[in-house]
Amino acid sequence: MLATKQFLPLDRPRGGWSEAARADAEARLAAMGLPGKRDEYWRYTDPTSLTTAAPQAAALFDASDEAPHFDAIDRVKLVFVDGVFAPDLSDDPAVAGVELLSAGTAGWAADIYGVLEARGQNPVPRPLAALNTAAATEGVLIHVTGRTAKPVNLIYLHKSETSDAILHHCIKLAPGAELTLLENGPAAARFNKVLEVDLAEGARFHHIRAQGRDHERRAVTHVFARLAADALFKSFTLTANGVLTRNEAVIELVGDDAVAHVAGAAVGDGDFHHDDTVFVTHAGQRCESRQVFKKVLKRGAVGVFQGKILVKPGAQKTDGYQISQSLLLDDDSQFLAKPELEIYADDVKCSHGSTSGAIDETALYYLRSRGVPLRQAQGLLVLAFLAEAITEIEDEAIAEDIRVRLESWLARHDN
Amino acid sequence: MLKISNLQVKLEDEDKQILKGVDLTIEPGRVHAIMGPNGSGKSTLSYVLSGRDGYEVTGGSATLDGVDLLAMEPEERAAAGLFLAFQYPVEIPGVGNMTFLRTALNAQRKARGQEEMSAGDFLKLVREKAKALKIDADMMKRPVNVGFSGGEKKRNEILQMAILEPKMCILDETDSGLDVDAMKLVSDGVNALRDAGRGFLVITHYQRLLDHIAPDVVHIMADGRIVKTGGPELALEVEKNGYADILAEVM
Repeated sequence: MLATKQFLPLDRPRGGWSEAARADAEARLAAMGLPGKRDEYWRYTDPTSLTTAAPQAAALFDASDEAPHFDAIDRVKLVFVDGVFAPDLSDDPAVAGVELLSAGTAGWAADIYGVLEARGQNPVPRPLAALNTAAATEGVLIHVTGRTAKPVNLIYLHKSETSDAILHHCIKLAPGAELTLLENGPAAARFNKVLEVDLAEGARFHHIRAQGRDHERRAVTHVFARLAADALFKSFTLTANGVLTRNEAVIELVGDDAVAHVAGAAVGDGDFHHDDTVFVTHAGQRCESRQVFKKVLKRGAVGVFQGKILVKPGAQKTDGYQISQSLLLDDDSQFLAKPELEIYADDVKCSHGSTSGAIDETALYYLRSRGVPLRQAQGLLVLAFLAEAITEIEDEAIAEDIRVRLESWLARHDN
Repeated sequence: MLKISNLQVKLEDEDKQILKGVDLTIEPGRVHAIMGPNGSGKSTLSYVLSGRDGYEVTGGSATLDGVDLLAMEPEERAAAGLFLAFQYPVEIPGVGNMTFLRTALNAQRKARGQEEMSAGDFLKLVREKAKALKIDADMMKRPVNVGFSGGEKKRNEILQMAILEPKMCILDETDSGLDVDAMKLVSDGVNALRDAGRGFLVITHYQRLLDHIAPDVVHIMADGRIVKTGGPELALEVEKNGYADILAEVM
């Protein structure tokens, strides 16, 4: 029996350049089955609502009380509504050198589509990513050979209360090429997204994502990245709310002297479950990786971090760093962390840390004694806590967009 | 201006009375000093006045210009014009010193119904005040008190005081951890703020600070009470003979 029957009758697209990759993915999925609570990497996050065939309704969220994300950034906008590309709301993809998965022509993408996802299935199975490869009908294919003038912004609108969206993006950067990819919005009531990123020598990829204030959405996302020598990969995700978010990052440092940073700042209130699952493999020498994840939780919100650094034999002079921290604003919230290091080389530097704690009462008193009202003081301390993750964003204008937004969210949320 | 009557305070978590009836009145323009042995309740008095958690007022009152201080939140006390220079200024990683100062000033202005200060005016104000205290631009950019030396932390307290312009300033052992030059710098900062409308309460162990910040009135505190009050000569007496004679005389 094909386990995917639980999600949808897997009515995957047939034919075209991606047929072989889709058929392989379908077979992988059939072999793995869908994730269940007993799976090692789903112990802290119940996948049922992501895999069930029944639509998962999510009320539409009106975010018109704030400026659109990345509004001040000059960028190419590509809009998807419930997972369907909306040309009338978008800039011309061709201008930015972007092809759509549905257009079905990109020959180069055959070397990436489902390929990086398949590489990332070992040693930890990621069935929902295989499902995505098999079933996705839309996404973007971006091949950059130089330095892109403007960031590409994928905007995901949610207009139907029971929508399911599957998007699959492939990005290939030629040697020395550079791209900034921005993503924002809930996309659908239930969203499954895969992003495959292949970086050639010296390529630089910046990824900044904002998952929005929508309360009821569900999302499972994967980023699979492969880095050649001297490549740079930097990914930052801001999450506020969402009843269920699972963000996986699977990064392979293949060449020497490559650098990969993955960071996340999450703010959860109430019925919120946020899971960051990261797997960084060091195969090349003298590579650097950083994982910086910060979560602020209150009123029963749950945060999960599963982060692993695998250093392969021969990956000497590896510099791996991992930190996951939560700020629990009350006694009802919960943070579950599972940091893992697995090292097969003898000349490496790897460190990890995980903490969870309450707001610093002394700092709070100090701020208040200078006239800063309680709420504002708490907001300042929460922002300060998240700051280390936000500093992972290199572009100051984008970092400022994230910071300002977070500030206004915190002011709104306070109780 | 500041009127403390029969103030009695115990620790919230344990049955330990710290202040056992403090009486103290400070008029505008006057500098009062409190000296006393360790554990006499000096710091507790400053914390209770500024609204720190962990203390329970069991009797008495404290008012600032007739308004009940003890009923207010810490931020309301600050907006009303009370300022405590901390003995141990708190480090706040992730919050820039400049952001902190501007947030505090504008929060106080807002609470008083004044307009917020523009970024340009604020910058000008900070530059002027920081220069007098030899606080460089780098210190302003760093997170609040993080990586500051003991002297830098105390200078930063005085800078906050200079910018917030409180009516009533309490200095809790501002001299602790300062070398001679830093003490001079800090004292000059305090003296620059002395004027007819502002009151000071200087808590210290040593006469040395009072050489720089000349008090009008000196109090000796022991076992949760003010046991003796006099002029500047009282501080000299303590310096010379210690507390033993005075305590023997009054207890």
